[in-house]
Amino acid sequence: MNRLPLMILVGLLLVGGGVVAGVWYYFTPKYTRVGYQPLQPVAFSHKVHVDQLGLDCRYCHHDVERAWFSNIPASSTCMNCHNQVLKDDPRLALVRESVATGRPIPWVQVHKVPDYVYFNHAVHVNRGVSCVECHGRVDQMDEVYHAKPLSMAFCLDCHRDPASFLRPLDKVTDLAWRWSVDPAEHARQQRTQGRWLMEHWRVESLQNCSACHR
Amino acid sequence: MRYFLLIYALVVGIVVAIAGCRGSLSRKPPIEVFPDMDRQLKLRPQQPNGFFPNGISSQPPVPGTIRRSLPIQTLSGPVYPFEDAPVNTGRWPGVTNFVELNPLAVSGALLRRGQERFGIYCAPCHGPAGDGNGVTRKLGMAVVANLHDPRIVEMPDGEIFHVISHGRNLMQGYAAQIPVEDRWAIVAYVRVLQRSWLGSLEDLPLHLRQSLERQP
Ligand code: HEC
Ligand code: HEC
Ligand code: HEC
Ligand code: HEC
Ligand code: HEC
Ligand code: HEC
Repeated sequence: MNRLPLMILVGLLLVGGGVVAGVWYYFTPKYTRVGYQPLQPVAFSHKVHVDQLGLDCRYCHHDVERAWFSNIPASSTCMNCHNQVLKDDPRLALVRESVATGRPIPWVQVHKVPDYVYFNHAVHVNRGVSCVECHGRVDQMDEVYHAKPLSMAFCLDCHRDPASFLRPLDKVTDLAWRWSVDPAEHARQQRTQGRWLMEHWRVESLQNCSACHR
Repeated sequence: MRYFLLIYALVVGIVVAIAGCRGSLSRKPPIEVFPDMDRQLKLRPQQPNGFFPNGISSQPPVPGTIRRSLPIQTLSGPVYPFEDAPVNTGRWPGVTNFVELNPLAVSGALLRRGQERFGIYCAPCHGPAGDGNGVTRKLGMAVVANLHDPRIVEMPDGEIFHVISHGRNLMQGYAAQIPVEDRWAIVAYVRVLQRSWLGSLEDLPLHLRQSLERQP
């Protein structure tokens, strides 16, 4: 019996399957973006400043609830403390130089949606969507990395069902916050309270294209 | 067939070895295959931009620029943010005297706002109770004012507003971070903290006082 056709078939299936699996696995923002961790000009650590010192995100990213854009703090913000703390530390040389000359620190942007997408921080933050949903546990990162894919599917997962993500407004910047330490209880509370918050704030489930592409 | 399987396994192995798995940390920027629509010719805040001589896209406003905004509702009527009025400067117009009292209507909502904002912007240094024992105290900030200092308790509201806006000595100003209304809300909350520190048992309503007295 001639086994050649069978072997060709198996070979084609393997190659085809391999290519499909490779594209499925690699050609997605879950692979291309997640984990992107650029080298920053100053070794600034969110873990030290947020987790250890307990600073609120809005101390530095103060525009996040007022504008579409979440600002990176000016170097003078760092000097609020670092004019006394680690005053002559070489790790902060660039910050001091930037304050003296007015030249901004060239931080490398990590999260960046394409220019054809309209995004808005204030809308989300003032509707009880926490930073952690889109940026991961920044408070545990020594260097910021891209933790979530921020693809269209990712945005829509939440826009189809915001109730499973909403939380009280004063907990938005508390990234470790849960309704309850017990996961089952957390899920139950999230379902009931999330639905209540959604009705209370009249949150819409925005899925039309013009919400994000305008 | 054996050779084919061998090569196949090799190729898969090489691809996985080079490309790694999802979520692994990488210093390389994400690939954008057709960046022409992703990255359009438009200004984005805080991005470098060659158009201006200083290379910044978020240009500081020209001196004297007036932002379009709604008036601030004060006790003496609406005031625009550019007017020389107590609510914007903390001083009486034309003189350097600080205003004694908060020009905003002090309500429960304002105090709650002030409490939240104080927690964000002041507590890291002055501590949640305003006694100067914030986290930074232990980590190298030697001089942080105790807001219960009699000198500060006696300060007019306008002067505290001025300190928040423009700083004083080693403390820097917070005008860029905190909008005017929130600064007055913080001033009102600082007064609450000072009052709570100076208060005596007689100031409490009866039922609270009884519950305190019952404690050993
Ligand atoms: C002490 C000031 C400070 C505080 C507090 C702070 N950040 Fe940051 N943040 C920075 C600076 C500076 C950068 C830019 C450098 C970097 O990316 O590490 C940054 C970068 C980021 C980025 C990446 C921005 C990009 O380029 O895409 C995210 C996301 C972020 N911060 C989220 C948070 C969250 C969430 C919190 C609160 C839990 C927080 N930050 C608190 C100063 C701060
Ligand atoms: C609220 C005060 C405060 C602000 C604002 C602040 N820092 Fe710090 N930072 C500290 C303290 C306190 C330490 C010291 C921690 C220690 O000694 O362990 C520190 C440590 C550091 C270190 C050393 C990091 C390490 O791993 O120990 C760097 C670098 C730094 N800060 C950069 C910055 C930059 C950049 C900014 C502005 C975006 C900034 N800081 C804003 C309080 C502050
Ligand atoms: C709904 C998702 C979402 C939430 C919630 C969210 N962000 Fe973002 N964030 C994004 C996206 C998307 C970008 C990229 C925006 C862009 O392209 O400029 C971004 C960018 C940033 C940047 C970088 C801006 C720049 O241009 O360098 C910072 C800093 C930041 N976010 C901080 C925060 C903080 C702090 C919070 C919580 C208070 C927060 N974000 C909540 C989605 C989110
Ligand atoms: C965790 C939940 C969540 C995620 C993730 C999320 N959103 Fe939203 N988004 C919301 C909620 C809630 C609202 C508020 C809807 C309302 O006000 O009715 C909203 C509103 C918006 C609006 C405002 C529309 C308007 O008409 O003002 C835009 C634009 C938007 N989202 C874009 C995005 C984009 C782009 C992403 C992905 C990067 C994203 N969102 C991810 C929950 C989310
Ligand atoms: C919740 C916000 C949101 C809504 C609603 C939305 N999009 Fe998107 N869309 C995005 C984001 C974010 C991206 C960028 C994805 C990326 O960069 O990976 C995107 C990308 C795209 C792209 C380019 C994809 C690519 O990989 O080049 C197309 C086409 C598109 N959207 C079409 C649509 C259409 C059609 C609709 C209506 C059915 C729609 N979008 C609704 C957020 C949204
Ligand atoms: C980065 C740390 C830091 C933060 C944040 C901070 N302060 Fe201060 N503050 C100081 C220091 C240090 C002094 C002592 C200045 C001196 O006498 O050299 C001070 C002094 C003061 C004084 C007394 C001024 C005087 O005449 O002696 C007042 C009032 C005050 N702060 C109010 C505030 C309020 C209100 C906030 C919140 C908006 C705030 N501070 C946030 C560090 C800080």
